Amino acid sequence: MDFDWDAAAEAVRTEVIEFLDATLTPDMEERIYRSGVSHDGDFARAAAARGWIAPDLPRDDGTKPWDPSTVHVLVDELTKADAPIVAMATTAMVARVIRSVGSEEMKAEILPRVFRGELTIALGMSEPEAGSDVASVRTRARRDGDGWIINGQKMFTTNGHVTDFVFLLARTDPDVPKHRGLTTFLVPLDQPGIEAQAVFTLSGERTNITFYNDVQLEDRWRIGEVNGGWGDLMLSLQDEHSVGFSPHLARLLEEAELWAAEAIGPGGSSRIDEGRVQVRLARCATDLEVAQLLEARTTWMEANGMVPVAEGPMAKLFGTEALVRRAEDLTELVGPDGLRSRLDPTALRDGRIEHALRFSLGTTIYAGTSEIQRNIIAQRACGLPR
Amino acid sequence: MDLRLSEEQEHLVSSFADLLAKESSTEVVRAAEPLGFDAGLWRTLAGVGAVTMAVAEDGGGWGASTVDLTLVAEQFGRAIAPAPVIEAQVAARLLASIGGSAARVLLDQSLGGEAIVTLGLHPVRNGVAPLVPAGAVADQAIVLAGDRLLVVRLGRGDRRRVDNLGGLPLADVPVSEDALELAHADRARDLFERAIDEWLMLTAAALVGIGAKAHELTCAYVTERQAWGVPIGTFQAVAHPLADSATALDGARLLSRKAGWSSDQGAHRTRELAAMAFAFASETARDATYRAIHFHGGYGFMLEYPVQLYYRRARAWARLWGEPESAYSRVAQARYSMVGGS
Repeated sequence: MDFDWDAAAEAVRTEVIEFLDATLTPDMEERIYRSGVSHDGDFARAAAARGWIAPDLPRDDGTKPWDPSTVHVLVDELTKADAPIVAMATTAMVARVIRSVGSEEMKAEILPRVFRGELTIALGMSEPEAGSDVASVRTRARRDGDGWIINGQKMFTTNGHVTDFVFLLARTDPDVPKHRGLTTFLVPLDQPGIEAQAVFTLSGERTNITFYNDVQLEDRWRIGEVNGGWGDLMLSLQDEHSVGFSPHLARLLEEAELWAAEAIGPGGSSRIDEGRVQVRLARCATDLEVAQLLEARTTWMEANGMVPVAEGPMAKLFGTEALVRRAEDLTELVGPDGLRSRLDPTALRDGRIEHALRFSLGTTIYAGTSEIQRNIIAQRACGLPR
Repeated sequence: MDLRLSEEQEHLVSSFADLLAKESSTEVVRAAEPLGFDAGLWRTLAGVGAVTMAVAEDGGGWGASTVDLTLVAEQFGRAIAPAPVIEAQVAARLLASIGGSAARVLLDQSLGGEAIVTLGLHPVRNGVAPLVPAGAVADQAIVLAGDRLLVVRLGRGDRRRVDNLGGLPLADVPVSEDALELAHADRARDLFERAIDEWLMLTAAALVGIGAKAHELTCAYVTERQAWGVPIGTFQAVAHPLADSATALDGARLLSRKAGWSSDQGAHRTRELAAMAFAFASETARDATYRAIHFHGGYGFMLEYPVQLYYRRARAWARLWGEPESAYSRVAQARYSMVGGS
């Protein structure tokens, strides 16, 4: 057994940390936080220049696709630094679907621009009336001559107001069982009939509700087979499971440890000398270790040709639930001063502990709620009946 | 990153699993209560080298890695085996690292199957080593008294066997002034703490085994047991806590193996990881065995059903050293390099 990442992956870690030191300036961090938009064109192009957008996909220039371990370490470090990668990540996710099921024409048109950081894609799956039960979406795509007319609305289209495209899951046949009447489209957002309305969230992140009103779409923007959208979606969700949440927990722990080392208790000694402070930090450190191991296992399986079954859901469930649990506990530990918000001049540790609490809440909801993860684990790992 | 067991390790696991399935069935476990020791099982295990394997080759053993020992410990946990293998392994490794003629003689007796040598987990208080694991059946116990590491010969008359929750062969052991000294001062404390690190990581692995076995029995039960015409495992109120246990058990297993790997590497995080593994495995086995009792309904509360055997041991094996919070304190002491860690 070996619990270390290999040298190539560790070399990438060093490169990412150096890159972020130079690129992710306090100004950029503040701009991202205040706008709530986790995307920055300059940052994305600089990352793309290093091959960091969907690095696991083959490129025409002959660059060798990265192995899962190296990708894991890359995403780990970018995530831990809170770099503006959300649009990069959603774009890469859709790029993988396009590569698997898209037409040759679409691949040739879209993928090179994705790799160059010139093109971004938001996700349009959830709807006001369809979240975990995503197969029940109502957004309708009707045949119109050679093309399609789209009508409906999508919820949580994060970055949909700045991206070039949306990955749209639409109903193309309402008369068959719900999983069999869906189709995926790549919809250019800069066209009549599409509107993005801002939705602000507890974490400070801006997302959108997007409206589609008689939007005309040529058939070349259809990604997969007509009524084969559920399979396309599974491809993208499979990928979403490999997103790790332990880096957020690592960041929280680091900030809480620095706080404990700096803060002075009533008796005049450092808070980190207090037994109860130590125990609570140690609980967080232990959850972090477990979260990292569960995520590493999924990556290791993928790297060795094994197909994770319940392992991805376990990593997602544990990492996000631990983040919620520890953010709650450590903000309580910090006490009244923990209320001071991110970027308030009086905030402790730049308010990152307070921000972790607000951020944690979305993580057990998006990318499959904890309840959905538990359903999958119960069936696939515990062998329980449906 | 390589989480695969080697072929030899797979073989090690399956041979102990097969042996324990035969020799440590729940009938054997029940028959050994309340003492918690089956002399025949112990002889069998000693005979296949369960203690000898733990010691390095230059100490007369087979030089198994610490990861190997966590794999075996998990199987002991699954079988809730009434034999003090973990204590004997840790004590033998401790004797091998002490060196010197007195330790050598004792080690030879232990490896030769002539004596069960165990380890007291808590320093001697008021002349007594409290709740020594296997203290009721071992021949010798290594204990820390102040800053002296001593060997106590366990006679029939002086030790006091203690009935306990886990049905374990525990005893309070009086320590006389003339007990043989193996080491003293900082060296004694350091040797003792290293032995505790090993005991914690191996017990963590055993707790994973206890929890996993109880969890599997429960998953099978809720798939069979019907209420309102459907298996109760279809109810999310039942399924979701079991999904949480499945997840935590996998995490605890990985963590106990990582602690063993760290120890084999001589890595500086070994003490921290051993305590983390113990704390997390204690909580995980505690919760998994509670859920096991609860989801068996009234049957879980009956002595006739096996889940109570796992419930009691999941608590006793862990609390013998301390509650999870004590282990988290040890994590913090190692992590923040404070007093108490070395």
